[in-house]
Amino acid sequence: MFIHLKNVSFTYNLHMPFETEVLKSINLAINKGEFVGIIGHTGCGKTTLLQIFNGLLEPTEGKVLIDGIDIHKEKKKLKEIRKNIGLTFQYPENQLFEETIFKEVAFGPKNLGIKDDSLEKKVKKALDMVEMNYSIYKERSPFSLSGGEMRRVAIASTLAIDPEVIILDEPTASLDPQSRNSILKLIRELHHRYHKTIILVSHNMEVVAELAQRILVMEKGRIIMDDTPRKIFQDFAEKIESIGLALPQVTYIMYKLKQMGKPLNSGILTIEEAKDEILKLMKKKKA
Amino acid sequence: MKFFRNLTIGQYIHKDSIIHQLDPRIKLLTTMFIIISVFLIGSWLGFLIIGLYLFINIILSKVNPKYVLIGIKPLLIIIILTLLIHFFTTQGEVIYQIWFLKITREGVYRGLFIAVRLFLLIIATSWLTLTTSPIALTDGIERLLSIFKFIKIPAHEIAMMMTIALRFIPTLMEETEKIMKAQMARGADFESGNIMNRIKNMLPIIIPLFVNAFHRADELAIAMEARCYRGGEGRTHYRLLSIKRVDQIFFFISFMIILSAFILKIL
Amino acid sequence: MIKFDHVTHTYPSDRENETVSLSNINLDIHKGDFIAVIGANGSGKSTFAKHINGLLLPNKGDVIIDNYNTKDKENIWDIRKKVGMVFQNPDNQLVATTVEDDIAFGLENIGMEEHKMKKRVEWALNLVDMLELRNSEPHLLSGGQKQKVVIAGALAMHTSYLVLDEPTSMLDPRGRKEVLNIIKKLNKEENITIIYITHFMSEAAEFNKIIVLDKGKLVLSGSPKTIFMQADVLDNLSLELPQITRLARLLSENGLDFPPNILNEEEMIKKLCLFI
Repeated sequence: MFIHLKNVSFTYNLHMPFETEVLKSINLAINKGEFVGIIGHTGCGKTTLLQIFNGLLEPTEGKVLIDGIDIHKEKKKLKEIRKNIGLTFQYPENQLFEETIFKEVAFGPKNLGIKDDSLEKKVKKALDMVEMNYSIYKERSPFSLSGGEMRRVAIASTLAIDPEVIILDEPTASLDPQSRNSILKLIRELHHRYHKTIILVSHNMEVVAELAQRILVMEKGRIIMDDTPRKIFQDFAEKIESIGLALPQVTYIMYKLKQMGKPLNSGILTIEEAKDEILKLMKKKKA
Repeated sequence: MKFFRNLTIGQYIHKDSIIHQLDPRIKLLTTMFIIISVFLIGSWLGFLIIGLYLFINIILSKVNPKYVLIGIKPLLIIIILTLLIHFFTTQGEVIYQIWFLKITREGVYRGLFIAVRLFLLIIATSWLTLTTSPIALTDGIERLLSIFKFIKIPAHEIAMMMTIALRFIPTLMEETEKIMKAQMARGADFESGNIMNRIKNMLPIIIPLFVNAFHRADELAIAMEARCYRGGEGRTHYRLLSIKRVDQIFFFISFMIILSAFILKIL
Repeated sequence: MIKFDHVTHTYPSDRENETVSLSNINLDIHKGDFIAVIGANGSGKSTFAKHINGLLLPNKGDVIIDNYNTKDKENIWDIRKKVGMVFQNPDNQLVATTVEDDIAFGLENIGMEEHKMKKRVEWALNLVDMLELRNSEPHLLSGGQKQKVVIAGALAMHTSYLVLDEPTSMLDPRGRKEVLNIIKKLNKEENITIIYITHFMSEAAEFNKIIVLDKGKLVLSGSPKTIFMQADVLDNLSLELPQITRLARLLSENGLDFPPNILNEEEMIKKLCLFI
């Protein structure tokens, strides 16, 4: 699945009184198997961009090509797209409506043409991935669950479609640390074990720094940075701070120490890396 | 999601005019009289008087008349349908014939009469909502209804419900859009199929919306209780309504004009 | 002062399986305190919060606010004037069609005279820096702004104790900062007691005192520095220390004479400069 956005712009309420241009000239290529993190302030256009990827929104200018094909040339193509690009919105538990968890998770695959015999397999696999025991949960009502469980069912309902690309918009919003960690573990597995292409929008820089191979920084409808986390934090730490996004705590201290003249590498993403870098510098000093 | 962000609640357009500053109760009562009178009027002259009266009011309110016409748009179909039904089904002197459909003079007369009536009703209510903010309207309705407290009409509760409904309309509309998008991302199709299918396909939107609304109501109730809400007993009002000289004069003049519009039939 | 005296509570739906939501809580909160309450999901944090303004009543023991017992029905409205509450979902707390009217809602409920209300509303709006947005409609505000309106609504009632139940969990980083800055200001300048429920340890680090709940019991209580030393206990309670604290811990475990209870980035930088 090669996703290519060519000069994509999007304006809400085009030609109407409250016209707002939310995406401006986006040029972007996402390759199979990548793990892309998207960061930016509320209102920078992140959520709109996600909807462009799976055809929910048609650009007012520019083209969306998937595997070389313009997806808006034929309306029929869009259902095909939804089979291959899954999108989980923020607070996905708000979409639950079926009588049983089985039906809920089967909703997606059913809509996309999967026949009854393979449905059960798909549902079971999806629930396994979110660590929910199939036999215990399948007949229960989605509304009888806790908040964290509902979130997992909602994610499973996207996973059941078995798309190649999985897009997640703030999947850990409002979750307590325990639930958050289990969702992050799942996302890591989706990429490393199941080789899915992942596009993750998150406010949590520490999460994005740790998981993403590539970060897109958005501001006012444009992609202003597109590089590996390390490069972005090393070379653009100041810009990130200036647009009001906060670096991960460990990256921040390295950046500040470097500013103060300490010979430290500031492309630090994790606690381990920070520790190693600090100990290294201390040894040098002693010597 | 952005579409509804800019829509303000109701049709209200804020301007600095005498009409905007009138007490909402006066405007509500005036509109009610117009509506009653429009139904009782039997002459074109009466319509003309009401029409002119409304026209002057709109000018005085400094609101662009095009907004009033915007209010007519959605109901244009009904008006045209009404016209046509009367044209073709009233018995009488045939003045035109297309194929087997006969248009009668009486039909044209009746149809136009009723169409003008509808027209004036829409303009009157548009005028009210364009010049009166939703808060003022609910306040006005509450005060008017509280006159009927003795027959146990729950004026405060009705007003509270209206306020909360108005407050949540944009929020719920945004929520609906979000739910629709989420279901579409899972392959839901809201466009194809016959009527029965389409209704069934709405369940994935309606059920989450209801659940969401009930959940909100629950939380809102707790928040209201935490702020000492305990029903209408002993509650005061932040916005004071008071009838001023200008309100009295306006009401008197309006009343005379509206009355004359419908009395003229009798004379 | 807020006093929790041997408070125990069980939800009616849990009576059969005997799951206790609060178990023998004893706690004094003094005027002007700036406290964070943390705990994993199900630890009883929300239940605790709702006991402070009488939304929930203890099955055993008493909750006393400035000599008013929450169990006395006649007191409940006076208690709710003194104890303002801010909940998690910014949207589901705003009732009126404009900011101004929403702040006046509480004042209307307590029957304040009309001519006094306007001034009070403006005073509250000013405290949260929202005066220019007084005529805005709620759905057009950002999450942080909505929470500020809710806070202003409580302030207008001349609340002395402000209880906030995970007020930032649905907000973006900007909104979170907005809310935290406002409550810090309110505590410092207006001496309003703040009781802040959260599961973000990085937020808890900014308070004067932290209370840790686990399965309804009060298990730890002390300054952030004291609490952050107890990394193992916190781990067992599924509470995650901020990244910077975990780094400090790692450094101290690697033989360095480094304090493992660093609270924030600034402190870490200062301490590191002594070593490198």
